[in-house]
Amino acid sequence: MAVEIKLPTVLRAQADGQATVAVDGATVGEVFNALVARYPGLRGNLLDDSGSLHKFVNVYKDDDDIRYLDGLDTKLADGDVLSILPAVAGGA
Amino acid sequence: MTSEFAQPTLRLTESQYATIIGNCYDGLPNEACGLLVGPLGGNAEPTGAVSEARPCRNVDASAVTYTVDPRDMLGAMRAAEARGDEIIGVWHSHTHTDAYPSPTDVRQAVDPAWLYVIVSLRDQAPVLRAYRIRGEGIAEVAVELDRG
Repeated sequence: MAVEIKLPTVLRAQADGQATVAVDGATVGEVFNALVARYPGLRGNLLDDSGSLHKFVNVYKDDDDIRYLDGLDTKLADGDVLSILPAVAGGA
Repeated sequence: MTSEFAQPTLRLTESQYATIIGNCYDGLPNEACGLLVGPLGGNAEPTGAVSEARPCRNVDASAVTYTVDPRDMLGAMRAAEARGDEIIGVWHSHTHTDAYPSPTDVRQAVDPAWLYVIVSLRDQAPVLRAYRIRGEGIAEVAVELDRG
């Protein structure tokens, strides 16, 4: 099933400059695997060495943070939109 | 730093400037933060124009760190998309230090194309400055206030 992934500006250089990418997959993990297979440069930005979601990335399925759903096992339906957001932080 | 890195000039309207400064004072005693929305130029980098300054929640609720609430970032991303713009930068306050990026700010900088606005509330009058941060490099960019 096709899912639309929205990429933040900082990651687009690794995806041929595209802002949105459509890939197939039944879970967030499957979709990320398909995305990374197409654009290997994205892997280190999305997943850590153990294959878990990178701690500096937030992923929303429509309006819901997937960390509060089932993480990478979160099920997806045709037409769902995944938004990838970098964590924006700092401090004095 | 090359002069190309110290670009573009950040152009804020009086209203946007007031929104940013007001948000920083409203956040006291904690750091405050928000996102800048604006157009990208042909080089896929910000032009320096700002279409909206969007205050965000600091989920750290801390006087020394900030983290933009990701739900607010999602909202900013959608608002930007609706305008044909992008998120082009972030502001945050330094409650007791200079308007200059801290080592934490540099280490956690998200996007080398973004404009990083820091508002110091240390002195009686607020001080707003803008930077670009690339790797370990920091370049201050000019800020112009459009008084309409």
